[in-house]
Amino acid sequence: MAFEYAPAPESRSIVDIKPSYGLFIDGEFVDGRGASFKTVNPATEETLAEVAEASDADVDLAVRAARRAFRGWSRMSGKERAKYLFRIARIIQERGRELAVLESIDNGKPIKESRDVDVPIVAAHFFYYAGWADKLEHAGLGPNPQPIGVAGQVIPWNFPLMMLAWKVAPALACGNTVVLKPAETTPLTALLFAEICQQADLPPGVVNIVTGAGGTGQAVVSHPDVDKVAFTGSTEVGKAIARAVAGTDKKVTLELGGKAANIVFDDAPIDQAVDGIVSGIFFNQGHVCCAGSRLLVQESVAEEVLARLKRRMGTLRLGDPLDKNTDIGAINSREQLDRIRELSDIGEAEGAERWAVACDLPSSGFWFPPTVFTGVTQAHRIAREEVFGPVLSVLTFRTPAEAVEKANNTPYGLSAGVWTEKGSRILHMASQLRAGVVWANTFNKFDPASPFGGYKESGYGREGGRQGLAAYLKGAEA
Amino acid sequence: MARIDVRKTYKLYIGGAFPRSESGHSYEVTDSKGKFVANAALASRKDVRDAVVAARKAFGPWSARTAYNRGQILYRIAEVMEDRRPQFEEAVKQSEGGSAAAARNQVDAAVDRLVWYAGWADKLAQVIGNANPVAGPFFNHTAPEPTGVVGVLAPQSSSLLGLVSVVAPVIVTGNVAVVVSSYERPLPAVTFSEVLATSDVPGGVVNVLTGDAGTLGPWLAAHMDVNAIDLCGVAGATDLATSLEVAAADNLKRVRRAPDAEPDWAAEPGLAPMTAFVEQKTVWHPIGI
Repeated sequence: MAFEYAPAPESRSIVDIKPSYGLFIDGEFVDGRGASFKTVNPATEETLAEVAEASDADVDLAVRAARRAFRGWSRMSGKERAKYLFRIARIIQERGRELAVLESIDNGKPIKESRDVDVPIVAAHFFYYAGWADKLEHAGLGPNPQPIGVAGQVIPWNFPLMMLAWKVAPALACGNTVVLKPAETTPLTALLFAEICQQADLPPGVVNIVTGAGGTGQAVVSHPDVDKVAFTGSTEVGKAIARAVAGTDKKVTLELGGKAANIVFDDAPIDQAVDGIVSGIFFNQGHVCCAGSRLLVQESVAEEVLARLKRRMGTLRLGDPLDKNTDIGAINSREQLDRIRELSDIGEAEGAERWAVACDLPSSGFWFPPTVFTGVTQAHRIAREEVFGPVLSVLTFRTPAEAVEKANNTPYGLSAGVWTEKGSRILHMASQLRAGVVWANTFNKFDPASPFGGYKESGYGREGGRQGLAAYLKGAEA
Repeated sequence: MARIDVRKTYKLYIGGAFPRSESGHSYEVTDSKGKFVANAALASRKDVRDAVVAARKAFGPWSARTAYNRGQILYRIAEVMEDRRPQFEEAVKQSEGGSAAAARNQVDAAVDRLVWYAGWADKLAQVIGNANPVAGPFFNHTAPEPTGVVGVLAPQSSSLLGLVSVVAPVIVTGNVAVVVSSYERPLPAVTFSEVLATSDVPGGVVNVLTGDAGTLGPWLAAHMDVNAIDLCGVAGATDLATSLEVAAADNLKRVRRAPDAEPDWAAEPGLAPMTAFVEQKTVWHPIGI
């Protein structure tokens, strides 16, 4: 049965997008010395604003401001630092609608997700780490926990505000100051966050935001006065950063790519599993490093699972990210759309069978329909490479041992999913899967109290939880 | 007529066996005064690769042992070392010079360190793991797991205490190790291998290569089936350490960086030598009726 939905767009009048934005350095918005670039709404290709591209000199100014601010911020009692973070958390809640709408406009993700997932997690993250600021000596990370200094942080476009929160909140709680570079295609909510820092009267220089592309990011992580580098993004860039910091004292955490197996056993509650498969790969258009992009389904139930999955996919609504009924929003950029198309075409060319939801795609903007590949082998590129889009590869297995073998047959190790009603099997699988996060009978759940991060080439270090503090304290390891 | 001593040529320790170097090479080991003591095998690139294969094979079973059992086995190593104290004292004194008392102290400290680490086997997860109170009906906990195959460039100066201090924290959590011993002072590591072979440590869990960290390090750092590397053995060699760190980035090995100089091994190590080579795994499950 098909349901018709009337449009239910969220009003965008709540956000005020300026025609152009500068950099946020030392508590002020300043003009960059470099060029500028445009950020577009990926759902319409409309240009939203001109944004300054920070040059090496701009980055240097930001790092100097952060260094000056470090003295006061690191010596401030944790109790007082906490209050700034609590303030920020509250303002994020108060301006939640505005942040959610802006995030959806700049990123393309459905308002349902930015409003109900991203922004609440962002506020919760600041609340969580605010509470740590005056309790660090109880964190079990050494008797005299000390901040590292200036943190250079580079974040991706898939969860612009959430990744900002995951980076900024623990850094500030531990007494560090930051220079953060948001992604080139999604700078706007970071700049709104800069306004929130002003609103909270955060001391100047504690948070600095430099917009730009890869060159700006490189300037941030390789700046000699940056003591700590935190990066979320591709494994390729992660490796380049690991090389760039070799021989320095810089402490590094990397949260990189993934190719997660989502494993469905024959005794799994099939409807719940199907919903988990859908949220695993189609949440945020599959622009999720921990996405369950490889479905491993036990042979005896493969046919049934696939049939129900396709039926469920038929009910997904793709379109205007600001529509409250939308499940699948826009692909974040033309570049990313090209990459998804290319890998999908390769999947077909290599012999996998492609199936996509028959749905009308809007005439402008960047769109890709939810897609499933069956008959995928482990050698296929769509089973090995991160597509970072709404594309699911389906493989089958017969025994638990085969499932483990296939799940672990990847250089990545960020996340994995297991669906079965058998408790002992869940715990066995959880122990065998070489991944930093294992979701059993659920998928894509995040919480500030829950450490997140990878094994193998998915990077190192943890974000979230008590372990997340270790990344921002001298000499501490999670 | 004086008795002619039997001069030894020591071998490598790979996969629980004592092979010669595949290269056929060995080198002369002298005491602290430059007098010939024995020949040691000069490990090659191929030996590194064989050792990694042996280590990888041992990783699954070793990491699947209960923590209690791993603790028992580390304690067993300490027991067997204790039995061989005179031999270790002689090896340390010969390698490093110094007084008999200093050598004795080092052997004492090395045995004690193993006992210390043995006790950590079933405690570390309780100290660095935790239950996470997430905002929803979910069971959620985080616990450490071993990283995998760890390359260990053992310290060049502290031939026994330093060696034990970098190997024990790697294996106690369930990792397996490919160790490159001190180049000029390899004999305590050779004796340590003999202890490992006779103390319930499964073959392949610790593999000991005698040879040059500068030659073997690059192969180990670039090996795609090695998950982590401890660069202690190139302490002070800044350029070499940097190049090894660059090579290690090819598969994002966890790197314990080389210090500027070897640390004071007598000091209590803290948790860092163990936490450098564990991964934290978080598991979620819904709570419901």
